[in-house]
Amino acid sequence: MLSSQIKSNEIIFGSCNKDLLEEIIFYGMRLGADFVEIFIENTDNSSVLAEEDFITSVSPSFGRGAGIRIFKDKKDGFVSTNDLTKNGLMRSVSQAIEMLDITDNKKREVFNGLDKHRDYSLSKKKWINEVPSIHEISEKLLVSTKSLKKNNKIITRKGSYSRNLQEVIIASSDGTYVSDIRLHQTVGLNVIASDAQYRSSGSRRFGSSGMPNEFKFWDHEKAANDVFESSMNMLYADYVDAGQMPVVLANKFGGVIFHEACGHLLETTQIERGTTPFENKLNEKIAHESVTAIDEGISEGSFGSLSVDDEGMEPEKSVLIKDGILKKFISDRAGELRTGHKRTGSGRRQNYSFAAASRMRNTYIAKGEHSKEDLINSISDGLYCKSMGGGSVGATGQFNFAVEEGYLIKNGKLTNPVKGATLIGEAKEVMPKISMCGNDLELAPGFCGSISGSVNVTVGQPHIKVDSITVGGR
Amino acid sequence: MNSKEITTQISEAADSLNLKKWDYGASFSNDYSVQVDKGEAKQLKASQKQVLTIRVWNESNLVGITTTSDISESGIKKALNQANIASDFGNKNERTEFSPLAKNPIEVKYSKKRNPVGIKKLLTLLRAAEVKLLESHESIKSVPYNGLSESFFERVYANSDGAFRSYSKSQAALYLYARAEEKNKKPRSSGSVKLGYGVEDIDIESCIKDASNKTISHLNYSSIKTDKYLICFSPESFLTIINAFSSMFNARSILDGVSLSNKNSIGEKLSTEALNIYDDGLHEKNISSSPFDGEGTPTQKLCLINKGKLENFIHSESTARIFQTMPTGHAGLGSKVSVSPDWIVVEKSEENSDLKTSLDHSTYEGEFVYIEELNAIHAGVRASQGSFSLPFDGWLYKNGKKISIESATVAGDIKYLLKNIVNIESNQEVTTSGISPHIWVDELSITGDA
Repeated sequence: MLSSQIKSNEIIFGSCNKDLLEEIIFYGMRLGADFVEIFIENTDNSSVLAEEDFITSVSPSFGRGAGIRIFKDKKDGFVSTNDLTKNGLMRSVSQAIEMLDITDNKKREVFNGLDKHRDYSLSKKKWINEVPSIHEISEKLLVSTKSLKKNNKIITRKGSYSRNLQEVIIASSDGTYVSDIRLHQTVGLNVIASDAQYRSSGSRRFGSSGMPNEFKFWDHEKAANDVFESSMNMLYADYVDAGQMPVVLANKFGGVIFHEACGHLLETTQIERGTTPFENKLNEKIAHESVTAIDEGISEGSFGSLSVDDEGMEPEKSVLIKDGILKKFISDRAGELRTGHKRTGSGRRQNYSFAAASRMRNTYIAKGEHSKEDLINSISDGLYCKSMGGGSVGATGQFNFAVEEGYLIKNGKLTNPVKGATLIGEAKEVMPKISMCGNDLELAPGFCGSISGSVNVTVGQPHIKVDSITVGGR
Repeated sequence: MNSKEITTQISEAADSLNLKKWDYGASFSNDYSVQVDKGEAKQLKASQKQVLTIRVWNESNLVGITTTSDISESGIKKALNQANIASDFGNKNERTEFSPLAKNPIEVKYSKKRNPVGIKKLLTLLRAAEVKLLESHESIKSVPYNGLSESFFERVYANSDGAFRSYSKSQAALYLYARAEEKNKKPRSSGSVKLGYGVEDIDIESCIKDASNKTISHLNYSSIKTDKYLICFSPESFLTIINAFSSMFNARSILDGVSLSNKNSIGEKLSTEALNIYDDGLHEKNISSSPFDGEGTPTQKLCLINKGKLENFIHSESTARIFQTMPTGHAGLGSKVSVSPDWIVVEKSEENSDLKTSLDHSTYEGEFVYIEELNAIHAGVRASQGSFSLPFDGWLYKNGKKISIESATVAGDIKYLLKNIVNIESNQEVTTSGISPHIWVDELSITGDA
């Protein structure tokens, strides 16, 4: 809507707020800021939980807020508030200016007003009416948990759904003026199996962005079979023996290791902190030549895709590693300012209460030429990690990941299931040991928690072989 | 609007919508934080935040809920309406009621509220702390993770039955994580966290000293052979393990089938008779204490393990009703009310004659692994199965020498761990998550350099 006619003392979604936003930005610039950014958000979320054969929780939530970020030289001040009135936003600007101790307002950057409104939300306004109703969700979740009831060893069955609809306005003193609507939906299944002293669990999560009808076509039966089979396979599994061994990591969520152990080290926030071993390795070999790794925000429907990042830049496809050579870092506005690496459309935040930071989107190792069988056949004594659990990376780059579903490899064949395995290592030592990549790249949704909160991401890879890694066990 | 006015507004809005039974929990906060990088301010943050969670009971006495940050008149009405719609999906099999203790008197013994010192003061203090930490040892090259913050907040619970509780407090936190580098060695990192009611209560010097000493102590490291070892858990690491497996004490987890315990587990022997564990949210050392839980139930001290035996579960209103007992003050308001511990206190009981008291971490000369800090809890703990496999920071004590362990994980089973406690030292130490002495456990698996 063209709305220079609309005058309001409060940000109103669906209206043009150009005059008001410009006034607030001018105010910050007059006070001596180098750069002013306003991020305004309106959310409408809901979640549903089915346990056994009942809906046990329906949780709607909604809210609104603004984050104001001011840069002066290489410092930034960030203020968040629930007050979207002109006075409230002006107060936040003043607070940020005061925090940065800006007293010299003579040397000013120029603000020429906001550019033409880039409205990415136009085709998305109908989404809220297209997402499944609570009734539809409840029915499907109950069918899903019923599908998990395959034998009496399954003692706990859960299905969960969540939907996050986020409407944003981003305006900044470089002229950026953007609106967008983001929709993320996830559905997950969890089981616990038990027999005498034996216990196992299984879980799977599925997710999409910008696809309101996705959940309606979700194949719950296939998902239930997968989770059930995984928990049954692991129920009587022995604990794995600890040791150094070759492993094959499955595709899809197996990519979480690259995400955590290497991807985070390629974010400019890590360069700013001085905590990445790859800081001065651009155009140097950091991985086996079979490895090409990509971070992008453009795959249609993928959980980490976005039309525009939280700083108003369209996401690009960034080839991080090409044939083992480090080619690029993931950068946001602050990263470009402080490290010199160009922005990649990766400025992301959980919500208005976080300043954007350089964050991954859809991050994966590109496919190679081998079949899964080629990889397994090449190992005489090792471990196949079919399903990964969570993990973490320490301050010095060491990672640790739980293997949710693992199988021993003996003489090129998969044998017994094993539990209790963890993969331990350091990215710079493990990356050169990824010697084979499969031809079966697949992506999986997840949530990544870091400096700017929890954001939706996709991890992925084909099956890959790591020549040697420490496996923790009993 | 203050909390009384919000309560009045909710009450009037509920009346206008013909909603007879409701309750709400709210929090209002102002937070300020700073980070620095080599003497320069890096990011300065301030936030004003409000969160309101409203529950509504419909005519069938089923509950619906909504959470919002919009506490305008229209926001409150919308929240009540949404909660009412959500109540159509309320859980018929496990009904929720007001806590029978929501109007009981509450005890606010140690709540202290400080005045804000402001961003500039925070920045000055943190800059000085960073400089001191960098100067404390030549190998400390940076303090990549640091922050000083102060928060001022109010929490409220009220319901249509006339219960009203409110308390406000302040809290400050300082964290310093240093990174040390030496030629031809891997970088090492460690740190310290200190809490206080206000910035003036935080012992900044001791935070710097702890962060420096810990980091330096890991400079000379070595790999450890994969094997089973005698383990000494630091107070912090033992509390981490107990909190990670607190579903053993949690009635909600039992009803959900994700606990190692069951309804009949009270009285079960879990450990040596020398072990007592309490949950004591009101403990004077608990900076984060709250006098009531999400349902308005007063916080209380509760014995979880008495002389090695499971003594009590922690409850919300609905789990207590199912277990035919009273709520214990551990509920979190939600569509499905959560239950969680507040502040764990571990101590040696009077029945401690079976302990090997020669095992003292400061004097014992035999071989053992000292676990200073456990990491990656969310990834390495299978609470429903009782197993864990966790990376840790620690040392191998051998032949009178203490060597930092390069990288290793400790793996085991919580029931095995509790049953194999061989000593509970006498001195308790206060941490940010509770109080515990050093705890010795025999024969746990360590994976290191295989």
